[in-house]
Amino acid sequence: MEDIKTNSVVLDDMLTVSAAPHIRSNQSVSRIMLDVIIALVPAMIGSVYFFGLNALKLLLVCCISAVFFEAVIQKLLKKEVRIKDLSAVVTGILLAFNLPANTPWWVAVFGAGFAIIIVKELFGGIGSNFMNPALAARAALVASWPGIMSNYINPDGISAATPLSVLKSGSGSLPSIQRMLIGDIGGVIGETSAILLLIGAAYLIIRKVIDWKIPAIFIASTAVFLLIFGVDASKLIYHILGGGLILGAFFMATDYSSSPVTPKGRIIFALGCGILTALIRVHGSMPEGVSYSILIMNVASPVIEKWTKPRVFGEVKKNENR
Amino acid sequence: MSMRLDNLTFKGGVHVPDNKSMSSGKVIEKAREPKTVYISLQQHVGAPCEAIVKVGDKVKVGQKIGDSKAKVSAPVHSSVSGVVKSITKRYTTAGVKVDCIEIESDGLNEMDESIGKKAELDKLSKSEIIDIIRESGIVGLGGAGYPLHSKLITAEDCCAIGSSIETLILNGAECEPYLTCDHRIMLEHPDKVVFGLEVMMKYLDINEGYIAVENNKMDAIEALRNASKDKNIKVVSLKTKFPQGDSYRIVDAVTGKKVPKGGRCNDAKSSVSNVHTAYALAEAILENKPLYERVITVTGNGIKEPKNLLVKVGTTIGEIIEQCGGFNGKPGKIIAGGPMTGTALFSLDTPIVKATGGILVLTEEETRVEKVQSCIKCGKCVEVCPVYLEPLYIAAYALKDNYDAAERYDALACISCGSCSYICPSKRPLAEAISHAKYEIKARRK
Repeated sequence: MEDIKTNSVVLDDMLTVSAAPHIRSNQSVSRIMLDVIIALVPAMIGSVYFFGLNALKLLLVCCISAVFFEAVIQKLLKKEVRIKDLSAVVTGILLAFNLPANTPWWVAVFGAGFAIIIVKELFGGIGSNFMNPALAARAALVASWPGIMSNYINPDGISAATPLSVLKSGSGSLPSIQRMLIGDIGGVIGETSAILLLIGAAYLIIRKVIDWKIPAIFIASTAVFLLIFGVDASKLIYHILGGGLILGAFFMATDYSSSPVTPKGRIIFALGCGILTALIRVHGSMPEGVSYSILIMNVASPVIEKWTKPRVFGEVKKNENR
Repeated sequence: MSMRLDNLTFKGGVHVPDNKSMSSGKVIEKAREPKTVYISLQQHVGAPCEAIVKVGDKVKVGQKIGDSKAKVSAPVHSSVSGVVKSITKRYTTAGVKVDCIEIESDGLNEMDESIGKKAELDKLSKSEIIDIIRESGIVGLGGAGYPLHSKLITAEDCCAIGSSIETLILNGAECEPYLTCDHRIMLEHPDKVVFGLEVMMKYLDINEGYIAVENNKMDAIEALRNASKDKNIKVVSLKTKFPQGDSYRIVDAVTGKKVPKGGRCNDAKSSVSNVHTAYALAEAILENKPLYERVITVTGNGIKEPKNLLVKVGTTIGEIIEQCGGFNGKPGKIIAGGPMTGTALFSLDTPIVKATGGILVLTEEETRVEKVQSCIKCGKCVEVCPVYLEPLYIAAYALKDNYDAAERYDALACISCGSCSYICPSKRPLAEAISHAKYEIKARRK
């Protein structure tokens, strides 16, 4: 029997032989993360415009320390250092967005360390975190320094209540809807400008980085359940534009690794976020509920995924006749 | 039955740059007479053939040289006139090592006496039709290589037990990037394609046939619509999306029916055949010409002059590439078939089989292996999977050798289209891992 190698034009050392498919799309992790960063640019500029150099300082501190911690922990864990995928930068920006403008720098550094080391890398790094790192860090900071984390200032630098805390306490005056849209209101630095966040969100949807269904269902179900829980319809717009719902729905609840991958699972996840947000805002002790509702749904997401395994093409229900 | 005839599609899939312009304008050329051919005794799904010639025998073009009594099998024919030199195992473009009959061509192209006998479709009985199809060795030329007579007999059996075939679809989607042989066949031989469909319609007693073509081939759609005027044949356009040409996807797009999980097209009262298969069937009926040559697309940035060539089965890819100006620079990868589902080859001495639709040569640059990164759970593989699987989890279980879990996640329903690997931003070998799981699961069942 002839051996094919002895009588062939041997190309062994030049040809690559591998299983199909032989081509790949130009998608990449760093491109996705870059898209998220681009989408956050309008809101970043807005935060610096409204809250001044304090916001810029927080953005820089969070990003630099997030990247630093990522590099150090990956080195220590003897993993490949992959800060080039830009995911730590995204976490840094989102963490900064969740801080009040006068947060001390060391609190920001602690938050970045908690987000990257504890929530992200110790659970396996990118794709393996079961909670949104920035939100989990925010929760840790709120628990550790509640005073600092709830000391909101208005863009004019005066300590003031956020629109949602005005609604909750029933005292103080609400800003105009126009100011709510633009973002000239109290709150953490990244959540206030609905319009700038929505510009970025539109970019992410067009680039197909996020699935529009999660934010749409999240916001819609929040509104519906607020009404069901007795919130006055005239106040609904404050609930939607205020308190980080836009930021949370478009940029946090859509975090890949802490939300389900199944189409139905995403719907349930978003519904859960909406219901919990409404529940916390109306019946909870806090004026705001977006971060905790997302964190709770993050934890529930593996179970939701199990329940919502897609039905395979052509699969029929057990009692369904063809 | 859907009433729409244009832009039909299915859920899922990926948009891949089609790269067809390299060869789509090239008229089909007859390839040079090969010096030696290696005719594989297994060019089809089913039982292999046994050689019915011996070393030293003289054979003619179109002479049957291998056959089998098995139900699912198709005979093979010599594509040249000459002398049988050997019968040994070789790798073919199908990627498996099988017995091949080596025939040295005498260059005379002497035809077997049986070829050229004309038949009239109206006068042929069903059993005569099926005999011609079987004896002509016609198999699915879209890549699957399923013997056509076996498929038609099964379809007829279904009719006999009452679950009749209602829809006959010719698949002209050609959704694989780069490949243009089906496009050229439809454009240059629309009459034969339509005739082939009419033969199948007659055999299955179906009054209405469909030809489904992706809408990046509007000229072919037009040619087929002209050729099928006044006939009960509808030429429908499909959205250009991979894997539109997969038979279940095409049944879904055209009829709206879903082939049940674990079922066949017959279960959705449909039968699908490739346009090239219909063309071969037309030649078998009209000229009694067995399937010993076919059109293949030789293309890619690694080829100097991309072409659509009428090539004799058993020709080595080295001889074929040579006729297309040779390699353009250093080749990185040679693929039999398209880039999404084709087989990477390692030797220029590999002979083509009936189901080989193309030879694609990628350059070294295009072959560069991208670094695999961690899964970020973006869910894009779930979005694009045309069978609604969760490729990320099946692949993860496969890589951990947990095949039970992979099976629970329906690994066996995977059609190996490669869409998940294509779209993955982390460049993970998802389809590759799932294919591995499928082999393991099947091996355990045996």
